[in-house]
Amino acid sequence: MSEQFIARGPTLAYRMLGGETIIMSAGDSTLFSLDEVGSFIWQKADGRTLDSIAADICEEYDVTPEVARRDAEEFVAALVSRGLLVLSQEQPVREKS
Amino acid sequence: MSSSAAVAVQASEIHPAPASATIEIGGTAIRFCPDRTGFADAIVPRYAAFLNNQARPRYEFEVSLRTAAAPADAEPRLSRSGSIWSIERGDLQADWDVRSHRGHARQEFSAYSTDALLRIVHTLLLVEEGGFLLHASSVARNGRAFLFAGISGAGKTTISRLAPRGAILLSDEISYVRAGKNGYCAHGTPFTSFDLQPRAENISAPLGGVYLLEKGPENRIDAVDESTAARSLLRNVLFFTKDAGFVNHLFEAALEFVSRIPVRKLIFTPEERVWDMIR
Repeated sequence: MSEQFIARGPTLAYRMLGGETIIMSAGDSTLFSLDEVGSFIWQKADGRTLDSIAADICEEYDVTPEVARRDAEEFVAALVSRGLLVLSQEQPVREKS
Repeated sequence: MSSSAAVAVQASEIHPAPASATIEIGGTAIRFCPDRTGFADAIVPRYAAFLNNQARPRYEFEVSLRTAAAPADAEPRLSRSGSIWSIERGDLQADWDVRSHRGHARQEFSAYSTDALLRIVHTLLLVEEGGFLLHASSVARNGRAFLFAGISGAGKTTISRLAPRGAILLSDEISYVRAGKNGYCAHGTPFTSFDLQPRAENISAPLGGVYLLEKGPENRIDAVDESTAARSLLRNVLFFTKDAGFVNHLFEAALEFVSRIPVRKLIFTPEERVWDMIR
């Protein structure tokens, strides 16, 4: 995963609300919600690599690089398995944040 | 053969044209023009309060009545190709053009099929106006409407039927929410369980609030945060389609709604005095 680029899925509706992110999958209208740290990673998932996201987590939270990377990797894998994040070998065009 | 005899033969071959029926919900009229007589009579019991043949229809459907090819409770499949929407369900096939505002429905001789088509067409029309249909009962009282949302068995019908004298039932199952210049309004709908007597009235009222229902040992209102309100509302919004653009619109409409309308949790016991708390 470390060499891959991480981006949000193409058919999702989402919005930050009260410290969490609510995501709806258009495919089956399934709802997901992410907590504060999950929302932070979600915002960063705009075509960056896992290493880049882990570095951002270290800057924002009091956490070691190893823990940040491990947590980010588990989180990204969980969202990829649900179709909310996608991995690609080529860097997608970055969204304007 | 005399000329009068010839006229008599022709007259016997003239049948009355099947009567069309225009069903107006939320101020939006949809006209059904069936190919056989008796259609209007068949749907009158369900839609009596919502029939308005004088209304100018926003959509007009030719209706071909037939025997169902599959059970009516099959999941509807809704799709879009260009300006044409299509729905396929066991008892109903229909397509309509959003440009010409005309469509064709092939359906059973039953209000059940008509109901499905109405719910879907209204959902698609409402989302353009920041509105939606919601699994909720709704009641107008003292000039304001209140919605009661919840899963099946949460008490939607119960609370609407406990409403005090003077309250007007808008819906005991599917509520109709539309955004307007001056806020949101709830409109009456004929969408109710087929085993219930239709009681809803065709009126509208400014929306006063939404209550998320939960049966409990006491009557109590709890605050809910905006994200909980949004998630609860989205679970009860009628979607029908996987069209990404449409889902996005509906998602945004629901979130806009919870940012403007108070949403609370209502824990209640089935007794009339619960209505003292609803304001």
